[in-house]
Amino acid sequence: MMLSVRDLRVSFRTEDGLVQAIDGVSFDLAEGEILGVVGESGSGKTVSLLAVMGLITDPNAVIEGSIRYKGRELVGLPARELRRLRGNEIAMIFQDPMTALTPVYTIGWQIAEQIRAHHRISKAKALARVEELLAEVNFPNPREAMSRYPHQLSGGMRQRAVIAMALSCNPALLVADEPTTALDVTVQAGILDLVRKLRATHNSAVVFITHDMGVVSELADRVMVMYAGRVVERGSRSELFSDPRHPYTRALLDSIPPLTGDKPSRLSSIPGSPPSLLRLPQGCAFGPRCPVRYEPCATERPALGTGVHAAACLREVEA
Amino acid sequence: MIYAILRRFGQMLFVMFGISVIVFLIFFATPGSDPAARIAGRNASPEVLEAVRHSFGFDRPLYVQYGLMIKKIFITGDLTSFVNRGWKVVPAVLDAIPVTLSLVFGAAILWVIVSVIIGIAAAATRDSWLDKLLMALGLLGISMPVYWLGEVMNLISQSRYHDTWLFSWVPPLGYKPLMSDPKGWFLTLVIPWITLAVLYIGIYGRVLRAAIIESMQEDFIRTARAKGLSETRILLRHALRTSLIAFVTLFGLDFGALVGGSALLTEVVFGLNGIGKLTYDAMQNLDLPMIMATVMYASMFVVLANAVVDFIYILLDPRVRTS
Amino acid sequence: MASLAVFLMIVLACLSAPLYARWAGVDPFTSTLDAVIQIGGVEVPVMEASTEGLGLGYTPIGPTWELGNYFLGADSQGRDVMARLLYGGLNSLLIAGAATVFTLILGTAAGLIAGYFGGITDTLLSRFLDILWAFPIYLLAISLSIVMIAKGISIGPIQIESGSLWLPIIIIGIVYVPYVARPIRGQVLSLRNSEFVLAAINLGVPGRRILWRDIQPNVTTTLIVFVPLMMALNMLTESALSFLSIGVQPPAASWGTIIQDGQALLYTRPLVALAPGLAIAISVMALNVFGDGLRDALDPRSKVQLGRA
Repeated sequence: MMLSVRDLRVSFRTEDGLVQAIDGVSFDLAEGEILGVVGESGSGKTVSLLAVMGLITDPNAVIEGSIRYKGRELVGLPARELRRLRGNEIAMIFQDPMTALTPVYTIGWQIAEQIRAHHRISKAKALARVEELLAEVNFPNPREAMSRYPHQLSGGMRQRAVIAMALSCNPALLVADEPTTALDVTVQAGILDLVRKLRATHNSAVVFITHDMGVVSELADRVMVMYAGRVVERGSRSELFSDPRHPYTRALLDSIPPLTGDKPSRLSSIPGSPPSLLRLPQGCAFGPRCPVRYEPCATERPALGTGVHAAACLREVEA
Repeated sequence: MIYAILRRFGQMLFVMFGISVIVFLIFFATPGSDPAARIAGRNASPEVLEAVRHSFGFDRPLYVQYGLMIKKIFITGDLTSFVNRGWKVVPAVLDAIPVTLSLVFGAAILWVIVSVIIGIAAAATRDSWLDKLLMALGLLGISMPVYWLGEVMNLISQSRYHDTWLFSWVPPLGYKPLMSDPKGWFLTLVIPWITLAVLYIGIYGRVLRAAIIESMQEDFIRTARAKGLSETRILLRHALRTSLIAFVTLFGLDFGALVGGSALLTEVVFGLNGIGKLTYDAMQNLDLPMIMATVMYASMFVVLANAVVDFIYILLDPRVRTS
Repeated sequence: MASLAVFLMIVLACLSAPLYARWAGVDPFTSTLDAVIQIGGVEVPVMEASTEGLGLGYTPIGPTWELGNYFLGADSQGRDVMARLLYGGLNSLLIAGAATVFTLILGTAAGLIAGYFGGITDTLLSRFLDILWAFPIYLLAISLSIVMIAKGISIGPIQIESGSLWLPIIIIGIVYVPYVARPIRGQVLSLRNSEFVLAAINLGVPGRRILWRDIQPNVTTTLIVFVPLMMALNMLTESALSFLSIGVQPPAASWGTIIQDGQALLYTRPLVALAPGLAIAISVMALNVFGDGLRDALDPRSKVQLGRA
């Protein structure tokens, strides 16, 4: 297992009390695998990945649990060690490509900066590598693109540049936080193709966050569904889509309007709204909104099973 | 980029023209008293008044008067002071320019360097005691009238502590030309430089600190961290570089105010014969031709300096350059 | 809000200037070279024979540190410095305050008109403001002062004498109009193009109402933040102009003029020059801190910055 997260818990001390952003997240990732993480805002998906990257800089954050990368424990690792891994073996790309790059340097310079931060090579060699990378991510004219500034590129191009930058040191793990959300659909398809191709050529594992089930179905090998800071279901893509075991997953899938069949008179949605992370309900976090809840749900917190396809639902355990 | 620079240049000329018109209007067209009497000075005889009236064209339309004024100040340079009996004003102004420039550039270099250091230090140690101390000192710097600070510096360095090793090197007030006495030039300017710089260090330290802190919240800083860059590099290469643009813009705006105002006061307090002192002396004597000339030249210089700073800005910010 | 308290204390102290003068039995405005006062029971002339240099001339007495009895000593005309300090403070504060009001009214009007009506009006106004602003502040103030102070101004029915305090008020007020007008204009422009205003216009809401109900509240917040900062700026500007003898004219005093008076006495009786400067520094600091606090409380995203001379 390349990445092994066990019982990760992240909380923030705030003026209003302790916010439990994630509460006991565990998952594994093998080499070359693509894991999709799905959930609403506030579900903890971004925080989990930031924790893996060691990018939580808030001094009021408390991180507990275990994150093992290639056997090495990342929680509690000194900053300098983490920095050697970041950008080098574990890379991350963020949601909004428009603001992700520093406006005052060319993209060639910025990508080269990352390479030279981790490897001792000459500037000329680094720039040559940058050109290769830009070609890989389908820039039509890589040499010219290198001397462009971020504001001269469109959103899609910027995201490609960001991806090129993330891959520059051949990371074993690529983390992507909603990489296509800010882009329009046609551009989206291009980016997804790119990620697939790159997984094939670089053999990097990918964890990506999205709230779009369509993207999940296109890209993920395995899926993890999060709600209120907890994992509520995990499984392979086919298992999840054909046999969703958690009521939340089912509701998410149901809310996608169908392409075929009868036209529904109303779009189905999940009633209510996600709970405040300051005051999580006792028992199951999804309970108050769940269509199949029953008495024990209010007091007993369901555990995620250990199987490959598991759901944290008392109903499931029963069944 | 050429286009942006040309456009700015045109703007500069326009502003210069506008200022010359305003100066003209103030001195020649303010209602309430006879412009000839103002120019000729308090005790002018009727013949002098008549001569003034004729030479400045008060019996002719306004735009002619404007033209004559411009000619006298810039082209022929034969504007003469009446209070000081025919002292040619324009050459005096030109002679005073190097003094003012020495003062202003020296102070500017000092303040830019120090405020960058302070801004970085304060932003990097945000909310620590050092940050608070630096900001408090900056606040003090902004709040003291610059001429008062100059007086205090004089009190300390010329009088009270003059005999101690700290200040015994301070020469008496006055300016020594660079060419003939470099060491003297430097020594006479050190205290004035510090005085002038204190005010601006206060302002710019705060501004830079705020700009850097704001930059550090931006998304691209998060990306830089994800790249595995060290915090120092992120601060200096990414946050600072982006903040410098705002810094330079502000600097441009203030440089003007500096020359027109604080520099003038500093020159007076330290007895440096720059344009400021010239203006001040002229004010004491109500020597209007001299004031007109100094105000005109000083303003033009300021507009020019602002434009130069803008040119630098165009070079610094790629976004402006390529749009 | 301690800074506000500090500032108010200063204001109160200055407001009590006439009372202090009466109590101390001094007249801060006329030369009193022959005055004789009591210190600890001993009679001491206010102007002592000078012991500096050649022993010629007179040196005024130094601080007695007795309230009401030439607390800070005398100036070169034998006047009680403490009393003059308080009176001068009154003038300085008054001018700064009035000039602030003046600038805010004019600047807001200009900014509102330019921002709201746009088009030619905006272009003309903005160009004019740009040029005015490009004119270095002190040089502009100096030019205006020179022309006005000597003989006062008379425009039709408005007659202002040369010694009047209105002159510095107007001059300082005018000079800072662009400083206020430009941000206001910017704000009005962006508000005017904001969706809720566009919606109101489309609904047929008359301009006046939009100005009053939608635009004005936002602008007012900016203005409120401007007040203390402008006052601080104006105090510094006024004191500089008075120092240069083109602000407040004698026999009236302001902190700037007292510093000017103190220049000659700088090495012998430094307090005369030091005290008003300290007073200015403290007031300006208090105003700045208060302004900062006000801005953070009301409008943390504001671009209004601390003033500069």
